Amino acid sequence: MKKYLPLIIFTVLLAVPFIGFSTYIMHILILVLMWSVIGMAWNILGGYTGQVSFGHAAFFGVGAYTAGILYQHLGISAWWGLPASIVVLTALSLVIGYICLRLRGAYFALATLALGEICRVTAENLVDFTRGNLGILIKERTWVDKTWYFYIILFIAAVTYSIIKIVMESKLGYYFVAIREDQDAAESLGIDTTFYKTISLCLSGILTGTAGAFYMNYMGYIDPGVVFPLYDISIVTVMVVMVGGAATYGGPVIGAVIMVFLAEVIRSLPHIGAAHQTIFGIILIFIIMFLPNGIAGDYLKLFKIFRKHNRASS
Amino acid sequence: MNLIEVKNVSKRFGGLAALSEVTFELKQKEILGLIGPNGAGKTTMFNVINGFYPPSSGEVHLRGRKISNRKPHQVCKLGVARTFQVVRPLQRMSVLDNVIASAFMRAATKAQAEEVALEVLKFSNLHDDRETISKGLPLGKRKRLEIARALATLPEIILLDESFAGLNPTEINEQIEIVNKIRSERGITILIIEHHMKVIMSISDRIVVLNYGRKIAEGIPSEIGRSPTVIEAYLGEEHRA
Ligand SMILES: Nc1ncnc2c1ncn2[C@@H]1O[C@H](COP(=O)(O)OP(=O)(O)OP(=O)(O)O)[C@@H](O)[C@H]1O
Ligand SMILES: [Mg+2]
Repeated sequence: MKKYLPLIIFTVLLAVPFIGFSTYIMHILILVLMWSVIGMAWNILGGYTGQVSFGHAAFFGVGAYTAGILYQHLGISAWWGLPASIVVLTALSLVIGYICLRLRGAYFALATLALGEICRVTAENLVDFTRGNLGILIKERTWVDKTWYFYIILFIAAVTYSIIKIVMESKLGYYFVAIREDQDAAESLGIDTTFYKTISLCLSGILTGTAGAFYMNYMGYIDPGVVFPLYDISIVTVMVVMVGGAATYGGPVIGAVIMVFLAEVIRSLPHIGAAHQTIFGIILIFIIMFLPNGIAGDYLKLFKIFRKHNRASS
Repeated sequence: MNLIEVKNVSKRFGGLAALSEVTFELKQKEILGLIGPNGAGKTTMFNVINGFYPPSSGEVHLRGRKISNRKPHQVCKLGVARTFQVVRPLQRMSVLDNVIASAFMRAATKAQAEEVALEVLKFSNLHDDRETISKGLPLGKRKRLEIARALATLPEIILLDESFAGLNPTEINEQIEIVNKIRSERGITILIIEHHMKVIMSISDRIVVLNYGRKIAEGIPSEIGRSPTVIEAYLGEEHRA
């Protein structure tokens, strides 16, 4: 049963556009799928390979800008950004990998943090290229209806999921986890840790960039503050995975559902404004303390808490 | 034939000379013991041979090729595997997955890696524990897992760092048998660090003794056991302790 769950979910999702949900619900579902892709992508590097990044906005934003700039400067469809972002993100990941992957642990995390910020500042200042804070606007949207956007991001999510599944059951996956568990031991067992960390980073970066390119097409507008923010992209990405469960197949999807849902609920509460970051922060602390393996990793613990609670109340 | 030649190797950490001008050879199919009091530089010697540290001066050669500027994973590919004194299993992986991960270095497919891993686990009496998450293994078995992992890379030479430390007498006997089998059945050359005198005396063909980073003696076990310099080095340690 558990084996077929992803396939069942996929099939159900295929049927979703026929249900006739409101545009708003379709929008939420699209966001959930997009965050699932970003979360799954982060999970390759942070969850499985153990290289925690606080700079995934860099990949997301560069993917988005790849699509946006193709449209802006070459006048071609921003959808070309999807294949183009693969090339651009591979190059970017190689550069970032070369600079950051020699660092370990907290130093790597700090370097990636800086990286996201560098990208934002660069995008703000390369006005000729990125239009700076004016942002890039796609004037003629591909579809008014959400259906095709939904199918496209569903397709990207399904491909991402499958790639991760295949990778994690192959030599690459074993090497990623070995590096996470003990880099020196891995190295002495014949694993070229620098090389495999770079592969992990490339995979993670490419998939995150694809989500970014999709975002450009879907939202029709980007500016540096929207696609490169430390908090709303980089940190939320980490939260999606931590809440759902790092190094699990389903964790990022569960995390995406919860985080998108929470963001909507909090946004609808009156007078709360910027306090949503505080609320997210509190949730993160709670998760780290009580469910360090996320919901997918610690769901048995959750059951236990509920059962105890039931017994106490009965 | 000399498989490994350590030539005038020195290793300094800041002002501390962990190794000074150490020279010795490891001959094909032999079991060479490396002994010395705590802090003598034994583990540092392994770290230099296996590529974790570049020597401050001197060279290490494998079959006549210089390896002392290579990275650990390259040295491993050339056929030199090692274990760690402080065991370092891939904690959240099962015993089998630990060994599969290292078998992948030579295996072309996962099936092949698994086949090698299962064979190695049987060889090192860990087959029944293959599904256990390695974090939960008792020390004796973790020490064997270190060996199993190293064997799964199909090495020509294995460096064993205190594979007997912390074991009870039964486990020690089991371990001795495994180490002997590594040579007799698999034809692997062994360089072994050990504090346990009885074990090292019985198992080694030759012994190299380090003290304060210097080689102070080399010879067959009976000679080493009688050597005044060696006895003094160890007595000195006892006095300090
Ligand atoms: N990375 C390092 N940085 C600084 N000093 C080190 C380092 N590694 C080892 N040393 C020092 O080098 C000396 C030799 O250490 P080493 O671990 O090689 O000894 P050993 O012979 O293996 O001892 P033991 O029997 O206790 O394992 C010690 O004084 C140790 O403190
Ligand atoms: Mg030591």
